[in-house]
Amino acid sequence: MVNKKARNDIILIAAVILIAAIAIVCLLFFKKEGKTAVVYVDGRLYGKYQLTESITVDIHSENGTNRLVITDGKASIEDASCPDLRCVRHYAISRDTEQIICLPNKVVVSVE
Amino acid sequence: MNTKTKKIAFVGLMASLAMILSYIELLIPPVFTALPGIKMGLPNIVIIFTLYKLGIKEAATVSFVRLVCVSLLFGNAMIFAYSLAGAFLSLTLMSVLKRLDSFSPVGVSVAGAISHNAGQTMVAIILLERVEIGYYMLALTVSGTVAGILVGLAAVYLLKILANLKI
Repeated sequence: MVNKKARNDIILIAAVILIAAIAIVCLLFFKKEGKTAVVYVDGRLYGKYQLTESITVDIHSENGTNRLVITDGKASIEDASCPDLRCVRHYAISRDTEQIICLPNKVVVSVE
Repeated sequence: MNTKTKKIAFVGLMASLAMILSYIELLIPPVFTALPGIKMGLPNIVIIFTLYKLGIKEAATVSFVRLVCVSLLFGNAMIFAYSLAGAFLSLTLMSVLKRLDSFSPVGVSVAGAISHNAGQTMVAIILLERVEIGYYMLALTVSGTVAGILVGLAAVYLLKILANLKI
């Protein structure tokens, strides 16, 4: 009885990890490097920036500011007014569909 | 003491324990700062324990009291919306799986962790109006599985050493 449950647990865990791992591997290896960083504020398009250029943009939203920096073909948030600063600590993005999300300021930076 | 009074006292105790665990979780520095949203889900130890000791009604009470208090003390309305969606989905799935009786608390905990992440991701998709946020579920699924296993093992241990506790 207990062994049967343990077996079911292992099947569940293995299945979940396998599906996630396959999807992550597909995304990492088959996704091309993206060309543009697209910024959305509150679901609306805010601006598009080429990843090939080196620029710094202050994204002004209702709740504050996020400073988007593009260098070496990667986009990252260098500074922000949000309280948790999770967007600032997020790794720099460059691949298709990768994104940095700032929940408090409702800002999404997405590579497309 | 009659059973009802005991039950109320127990639920209150569990709710405060869950709150303390939420607070402890806030104090732990995040492990992977580059991937936000990853957390241990320590309060789920208490919620699974309550689910197995008493039932879904009591576990839901503990979960709701915890998230209201934690949102009031350390968060805001947004955090409340995210937590509520996560807690609702995770409690529903966990009680269904427990009723099916084909998984141990570890499996139930893993399902709870993943559905909690799913609920929060859905709120983020709705609030930010970006379906692509769903991709982030992949990273959260892996972290949720690992955290769910650890939390589930802790719950199993707790249920074992407190097997004689009658409420």
